Amino acid sequence: MTEDIKNLIIEYVKKEYLEEDAEEEVNENTPLISSGIVDSFSMVSLKTFLEKKFNIKIPDEKATPEAFDTVNNIMNLLKEFNVT
Amino acid sequence: MSNIGSYDERYSKFDWKISIDELEYGKNGMYNIGYYCSDRIVEKGFGDRIALIWQGFKGDVKEFTYNDIRVYSNVIAKFLKDNGVKSGDRVCIFMDRIPELYITFVGILKMGGIIQPLFSAFGEEALFTRLDDAKTKAIITTRKHAGKVRRIRERLPALEKVIVVDAEGQNLKPGEIAFNMETSKPVDSFESEKVGPEAPSVLHYTSGTTGKPKGALHVHSSIIAQYLTAKWVLDITTDDIYWCTADPGWVTGTSYGIIGPWACGVTQTVLDSGFSTEKWYQFIEKHKITVWYTAPTAIRLLMKDGTNLVQKYDISCLRHLISVGEPLNAEGVIWSEKAFGKPFHDSYWQTETGSIVITNYPGMKVKPGSMGKPFPGITATVLDQKTFEPIKTPGKVGLIALKPGWPSMFRAYWENKEMYESKFKNGWYICGDRSSIDGDGYFWFVGRDDDVINTGGHLVGPFEIESALLEHEAVAESAAVGKPDAVNMEVVKAFVALKPGYEANADLELSIMNFIRKKLSPLAMPQEIEFVESLPKTRSGKIMRRLLRAKEWGQEIGDVSTLEND
Repeated sequence: MTEDIKNLIIEYVKKEYLEEDAEEEVNENTPLISSGIVDSFSMVSLKTFLEKKFNIKIPDEKATPEAFDTVNNIMNLLKEFNVT
Repeated sequence: MSNIGSYDERYSKFDWKISIDELEYGKNGMYNIGYYCSDRIVEKGFGDRIALIWQGFKGDVKEFTYNDIRVYSNVIAKFLKDNGVKSGDRVCIFMDRIPELYITFVGILKMGGIIQPLFSAFGEEALFTRLDDAKTKAIITTRKHAGKVRRIRERLPALEKVIVVDAEGQNLKPGEIAFNMETSKPVDSFESEKVGPEAPSVLHYTSGTTGKPKGALHVHSSIIAQYLTAKWVLDITTDDIYWCTADPGWVTGTSYGIIGPWACGVTQTVLDSGFSTEKWYQFIEKHKITVWYTAPTAIRLLMKDGTNLVQKYDISCLRHLISVGEPLNAEGVIWSEKAFGKPFHDSYWQTETGSIVITNYPGMKVKPGSMGKPFPGITATVLDQKTFEPIKTPGKVGLIALKPGWPSMFRAYWENKEMYESKFKNGWYICGDRSSIDGDGYFWFVGRDDDVINTGGHLVGPFEIESALLEHEAVAESAAVGKPDAVNMEVVKAFVALKPGYEANADLELSIMNFIRKKLSPLAMPQEIEFVESLPKTRSGKIMRRLLRAKEWGQEIGDVSTLEND
């Protein structure tokens, strides 16, 4: 299940935030925010995706650049909402 | 002692000749900004001084001396000329904050080109609109962003050259040119184009309430104001390590992220990384940054992480802090005194002004929450909104207006004379913002005078968003307004009425958000979408955006009947 969620998020990031012919690789440890793949404004759409997909509400104080910086960090955040 | 010394004395005895003399501007018929940002510093004997310390998001660092800037910008200038780019041609820079961006900027100026800097996060439609308007001849980009150019190139007949700076020949499509600044043959000597002081230099696109974004055209003599404001407001000296956090896709990133600091011969730093409080403090500590020019949005994000985090780092190197982009609230000033032992100095200006026009100065009392006072050489006032006469009563709100004539004032909107002329009333340039002036001459920002959305210090035009929204298959009509946001001051909110057969739900909301993000930019992406049955309209059918905005801000809606007749 955890692997499925992880892959789902990775695939979403690739589809929505990378160019079709992008050369970057995205895995669970790839920096997303600090590398600029997902900027601070776009983070809102990633947050909306997670909320919608897992039927949760992530409060703004938990939606920090650090919490969203890698898929692994996002997985840790989701654990707080019992999404594993 | 600060560079400006006594503000009152400077203001009363001011002459732009101070800047012209210090720069030796026009000596031997040379007016080209490119020369003043590179060759001149080397000729003065500072070729070995570090001009640029660049750090990537992985922590990798590159340094360039002023002589490096001189030689590499020569390489770029020669390359462009050899490829048929001529003086006066528009050349777009479309890159992340990599060293090539900064040095290419100087190179284009040297060969007489007009730079069109565009934010690399722009989506293809935002890019198309601006390249099409400027009839841009060449674009300089990277592999990462080349895809966006490829998808619109056929619609841009004027775009002859697509130059990719990190390609080395691989992964290019037909008609694209690979160019590597560092591995190209060095060009030790290149005579900068002998342009006149009024020759166009930079074309920055900015958003308005109506119509497409417009190109504010600046000229080479803008450097007279950019140099002196960098010296007197940012207070930079050649002993400083300076950090401007703005992206050169926007005017702060060029006027004070390239021209001002390099004309002063200072060492400047660039962090090409997304925002992270810890990374920013580490960056300041590592490079011993002394002067820091950033934005209220960033300051508010730092505030969220508290003062305890500041204590983890030795950032006592900081000596002067300045802010720009949107008004800095009093809390930000007070917090920075607590966190860094010194206040942020708010500065006010805009794309059209080209340089700081109203600000707080080192050595002058900071009134937290105030924009400060006009720069010496700038006559600023607030005008009555109906008569356009200056308001004499302290505290009364009016339109911020400036007497035209300062060196960095924009000279035109690109091929839009009517729009340019509409910005002037009664001999004043109208900034489009409202403020009051207190009894001590300090300006106090109130808000914008139009529907333009200021999000994170960037202006976003509602018209451009609404036009793009209508291209989404589910959208029948829409309105975009700014809604209050604790960090970004405003964020985009869209009101959307759907076409028959579409159902309002979270999937559709996300689909519309991503549609706008990719088409225009992350800044333009609505952070919230409210689905409505229909939108309030005037009797002539115009959407009453002001009414929607007033609701978001909890303001009095007032007499709707007047709006209905708009």
